[in-house]
Amino acid sequence: MKYSEVTPKSIYLNRRRFLATLPIAGAALSLPRAYALAKLSAVKGPFSTDEKPTPFIDVSTYNNFYEFGTAKDEPSKNAGKLKTSPWEVKVEGEVAKPQVFDFDAIMKMAPLEERIYRHRCVEAWSIVVPWIGFPLNVLIKAVEPTAKAKFVAFESLYDPKQMPAARWAGIPFPYVEGLRMDEAMNPLALLCFGMYGQVLPNQDGAPIRLVVPWKYGFKSIKSIVKIKFVKSEPPTTWNLANAHEYGFYSNVNPSVDHPRWSQASERRLGEFLKRKTLMFNGYGNEVASLYTGMDLRKYY
Amino acid sequence: MKWIKIVVFALCLVPAGLLTWKGFHQDLGANPIEFITHATGDWTLRFLAITLAITPARRLLRAPQLIRLRRMLGLFAFFYGCLHFMTYLWLDKFFDLHEIAKDVWKRPFITAGFTGFVAMLPLAATSTAGWIRRLGGRRWQQLHRLIYLSAAAGVVHYYWLVKSDVREPLLYGFIVLALLTYRAIFALMKPASGDVRRRGGAVAAGD
Repeated sequence: MKYSEVTPKSIYLNRRRFLATLPIAGAALSLPRAYALAKLSAVKGPFSTDEKPTPFIDVSTYNNFYEFGTAKDEPSKNAGKLKTSPWEVKVEGEVAKPQVFDFDAIMKMAPLEERIYRHRCVEAWSIVVPWIGFPLNVLIKAVEPTAKAKFVAFESLYDPKQMPAARWAGIPFPYVEGLRMDEAMNPLALLCFGMYGQVLPNQDGAPIRLVVPWKYGFKSIKSIVKIKFVKSEPPTTWNLANAHEYGFYSNVNPSVDHPRWSQASERRLGEFLKRKTLMFNGYGNEVASLYTGMDLRKYY
Repeated sequence: MKWIKIVVFALCLVPAGLLTWKGFHQDLGANPIEFITHATGDWTLRFLAITLAITPARRLLRAPQLIRLRRMLGLFAFFYGCLHFMTYLWLDKFFDLHEIAKDVWKRPFITAGFTGFVAMLPLAATSTAGWIRRLGGRRWQQLHRLIYLSAAAGVVHYYWLVKSDVREPLLYGFIVLALLTYRAIFALMKPASGDVRRRGGAVAAGD
């Protein structure tokens, strides 16, 4: 199936045209640059769901990217100015080969795969996205972590000049995330450069992001500039902001509620009825063994 | 006044009309139900604040006739509150009463919102001239101070809902606080206002 079939381009262009006719909205609206995105070709990768991908227009206009504003429609309006080239990713810490990678060098490390994953936000909505990238473990193996590397810490770009809305977000920046080494090595964890056959739109984490489909969306850190291998559990942004509500692991788990809402069900964007949330977002076969013997109520 | 009331009535319906229009044009964004929930919640708080602003506005603008809009504005707060509650009841919980009871009990932000909504029920029910007469101006007025609770609960509900960016709930909180503080100061400065009330009958009782 081609993505143009999911939401025909004429329809979403029409929606935008319609929006632009509203007197106030029209002036304030800077349209997401969907059509300017470069094509990115990829082979079909493993682990893809056969569920219907969410329309591109929804995935690229309904975003959590607090550096560009806390409302869902703000990142697509504000992230257009983000400068994504040149882009470097610094890899350091407990590795034999620390180095600063140029973005293009990372992209060439392995063949690009398309993987259609479910993506579940901690706010109880979900989407299905055809991501493009390759396993994170490709990059990890290339830098040869030492025996002391037990966790991987990630850091997003933070540039207040390009991200003026960030000051109101109420969470500390730069945005940081982390995985345990075995989680990071799991073949599901994807280093991602594109979606829907194109490079990532800025609001979706251009030019390079992480996709960890069995965890809540905020673990899938965007616009990565640093990857550091460390001995102990690294700090993570939402945990720093509110440790009571957001843990380090943050695996999708329908039986452990968020203190303010139930995680038992979710609203798939585009659907009217809610659907049941699956343990590990339906990726239990691939990842459940990582957590045997762990109390997931305690390590939420 | 009649024409003013008709115009204000029509204006109060604009947010609901816009929502309906956008709904039919598939223009409620990627998550329409969330959009509706937020819009109706916002308008409930706004109408509560506008209703609370009538008394200060009457005094400060020396426009006592504004009182004749207050019931309608309060009922519109209730109207948007009902839409907000119905969105939750139907589109979010699909009438799962067990789940709703758990929510109200376990989740403080739902408890606050529910409290604010329930506090509006007796106010809407006793909004008629007949009920003012039956209860007597003074008791009716005391009952209708429940709107203070409703507005405060609404602000707390919003504040507890947001994840980190608290600017908007704080703005509402500031407005409601200012409107209530005005009343407190006015009551302290005018210890004799009880006499005014007794003389003033139903209209003054609405203060």
